[in-house]
Amino acid sequence: MAKKIPQINASSMADISFLLLIFFLVTTSMDVNQGLARRLPAPIPPDQKVEDTDINKRNLLVVKINSADQLMVQGQLKDIKELKTEAKKFILNENDDSFYPKLFEEDFGAPFGVIRYTKEHVISVQNDVDTHYQAYLNVQNELVAAYNELRDECARKYFHTSYNELDEDTQKRIQKIYPQKISEAEPKNYGGN
Amino acid sequence: MAKIRRNEKREMPALNTSSLPDIIFMLLFFFMSVTSMKEVTYKVSFTNPTATELTKLEKKSLVRYIYVGTPTAEYRKQYGAETRIQLDDAFADKSEIGDFIINERSAMNEQDQGLMTVSIKADKDTRMGVITDIKQELRRAYALKISYAATQRTNY
Repeated sequence: MAKKIPQINASSMADISFLLLIFFLVTTSMDVNQGLARRLPAPIPPDQKVEDTDINKRNLLVVKINSADQLMVQGQLKDIKELKTEAKKFILNENDDSFYPKLFEEDFGAPFGVIRYTKEHVISVQNDVDTHYQAYLNVQNELVAAYNELRDECARKYFHTSYNELDEDTQKRIQKIYPQKISEAEPKNYGGN
Repeated sequence: MAKIRRNEKREMPALNTSSLPDIIFMLLFFFMSVTSMKEVTYKVSFTNPTATELTKLEKKSLVRYIYVGTPTAEYRKQYGAETRIQLDDAFADKSEIGDFIINERSAMNEQDQGLMTVSIKADKDTRMGVITDIKQELRRAYALKISYAATQRTNY
């Protein structure tokens, strides 16, 4: 006669898994690591002299943040809310104004065709030693937002979808039209204010 | 024909709980997979700044963290309330950042080394002087891909 195998009592299984469940519930931190991705410029070799790169004045948008977290854009006191539109106007230069960056014409291939774009524009962010991190990040954020919006508008115009839905190659092509050029000046001490 | 039994005492049937472990296991696996344990014990306290244009840090194995903030209550006596930098599990001077990056990078696979990202987790009230110093150190160590850790917000 075959021996009957006694059934294992599994009633405690639920308790064990509850225990594990509660452990993972407690240790879980759902927040994903998010951040504002930036790229630093490569270091200047010590034997190389710091050259003043000659950037045409019209190609440069200077954003300064002082120790009281106030903003100065092209020598004018501005609110952080105005920065994005200001930056977009600067990058686009729709009316070919002489105080905005020089426009270049280039063929970007189908479906873009020949586009006029500000190839040599640079946005320079300068901050004080005592500027708050949040204020600095706000400025960076607005500038990145300006680029993102321009790229999104471009994607909508030519592909009728949002920029994020495009594949990587197409995104790269749009990036060529609106290259992110946020330069961070070599740290300087501007003195007390 | 249906009989109406009125006098018999009705007993509640025992609930079958045999599927309970399965349900719990399902939950367990969910939490196990979404869990990310704290990387280190924080010796500095910081509140993330907020921003809107955030990108997720994709591969965790390629990310190294630099924490910046004021020492937590238990270390305040010893280290004061000045802003400090924490690398891994210990307080560090800004001059140690370069070595830290180079060490971490050499421990990586060769093909991953160029993809290393440094996430700066700094308190929102940190002065930019400290951040600029860190950025300069990172540049010198050729850790050029950085990410300013921040939390999402919807408007200004």
